[in-house]
Amino acid sequence: MVTAFLTDTTLCIGCKACEVACKEWNQVPSDGCTFTGFSYDNTAGLGHSTWRHVKFVERMFDGASAEPAGLSRASGSEPRGYRSNAFRWDFSSDVCKHCEHAGCLEACPTGSIVRTEFGGVYIQPDVCNGCGYCVVTCPFGVVDRRPDDGRAFKCTFCYDRQKAGLQPACATACPTESIVFGEIDELRVRAYARIEELRARGIEDAVVYDPQDTSVGGTHAIFVLRGRPEEYNLPSKPEVPTVHLRDGWTGAAVGAGLILFGTLAAFIGTSLTNPGTNPGNSSRALRASRER
Amino acid sequence: MSDYYGLPTLKQPVWTWEVPAYFFVGGAAGAAATIAAAARMAGGRPELVRDARWIAAVGGAISPPLLIGDLGRPERFLNMLRVFKLQSPMSVGAWTLVAFSNAAGAAAFADWIDRATGGRVPVRVIGNAAETVAAATGLVLSTYTGVLIGATAIPVWSDNVRVLPVHFGASAVGAAVSILELLGHRDPALNLLGAGAAAVETLVGASLELSSREALVPLKQDWTGAVVRAGGVLSGPLPLALRLMAGRSPSARKAAAVSTIVGSLLTRVGWLAAGRESAART
Repeated sequence: MVTAFLTDTTLCIGCKACEVACKEWNQVPSDGCTFTGFSYDNTAGLGHSTWRHVKFVERMFDGASAEPAGLSRASGSEPRGYRSNAFRWDFSSDVCKHCEHAGCLEACPTGSIVRTEFGGVYIQPDVCNGCGYCVVTCPFGVVDRRPDDGRAFKCTFCYDRQKAGLQPACATACPTESIVFGEIDELRVRAYARIEELRARGIEDAVVYDPQDTSVGGTHAIFVLRGRPEEYNLPSKPEVPTVHLRDGWTGAAVGAGLILFGTLAAFIGTSLTNPGTNPGNSSRALRASRER
Repeated sequence: MSDYYGLPTLKQPVWTWEVPAYFFVGGAAGAAATIAAAARMAGGRPELVRDARWIAAVGGAISPPLLIGDLGRPERFLNMLRVFKLQSPMSVGAWTLVAFSNAAGAAAFADWIDRATGGRVPVRVIGNAAETVAAATGLVLSTYTGVLIGATAIPVWSDNVRVLPVHFGASAVGAAVSILELLGHRDPALNLLGAGAAAVETLVGASLELSSREALVPLKQDWTGAVVRAGGVLSGPLPLALRLMAGRSPSARKAAAVSTIVGSLLTRVGWLAAGRESAART
């Protein structure tokens, strides 16, 4: 079965049970104790030791210009509160996207990163040698190298739990079904049905985030968001870096051709114009130098 | 800067100083192997061929320790040779480096045996064959590093994926020529080749300066921009001008060589640092 997460941010209450469940099940070490000042979140983002992260998106609305949809207006009547300095929190539990075309997997030179039978992208910790190439080839900024360990880490999609027929720890712990785990096609249908439902309720800015129209080709972590993906630190047009390979190797071929042609031209050209400076071929010259 | 508290979307490269150092050493070694083969085929001086082979061999010997030193788990370096993946420039590079280091070492060793035994041991054919393999893999070695960083999610790198292999290749040729010149070689072909590399570097630098794409900001601002620009001037227009005067002034040629080597090194350091800066700006 090809599986996926559907993370519905409109249901998330920001309890961070998913973060804790992930840490506990996967025995992920501490990700530090810092004060970011970013809302009520001090974890900031995904990393080598944070495989689930709840984002706290604070939305302030100034006066009547941009009130939070669905809250402020009863149908057709006068605005119902929240008129000035209205505030809303959007919580979003972020995770590795498990891309259909995964930059990290393509780039990994050791074959440590593999596609599992569930469709997830998995780093085999016994193979990874910490080259760091996956860090720069992830278009979502998910993978990172753990400094004291030396290897790259990210969400495993709870491969061990899935193998045993269990749901990932985060989805199991989620108290509001904001994180749903299941068969990917069913979840895609469910995501778009949820958008319809939300829009019918007047939440017009609800969107599905599943970049199927980019080179990433869709993800195994689908999101229901409100507003633009950038407001959740998600790229609206993620690209798998392998799309640059054709241009890159073409450039390398041009470069190699220039080097080969230039080097040959320089030596043949000067030997033709100054026959005295390049005496004969090497073996003859070697013999000549020995005779001297 | 993202809309989410200005936090970057992408992670910064974790690569340390060994990576730009390898880009320089491996690139120069690869270009030196090509110079050795071209010089021999064109009937160049055997001393030049010998030294070019040795530069390739020494560079091919230094490069693996640099790359291994950068790994998070250096003891697992052999895992690089577990698989061969065409879609991973790092995998292609690892295999290329293995082939290059062996071939370049064999070519230099064969030259040494040939000289030490006065040609009595028939190693010249093996040496020349190894030199050809080193030249072919050297062409890849001096250019693929541009593909390596170009085929990533880092904006300043991927934005320049077409030009980076040519840029790094020209930088490699300039460095190899200059090292040979500092070893005392004064062949006119080297000056000509160095001038050609400096001309390409000048064109690359000009095209980057004339473009105002958003992704190029780390190449122009702050200390990363200063390093990239210094590297560009020192390996482009400055040595080009000096090499055009080299016929009259031998010291100009030496200055060009020193300038090119420093410029080539700064270019790699600058581009790697610009990648970190670029990721921080996402």
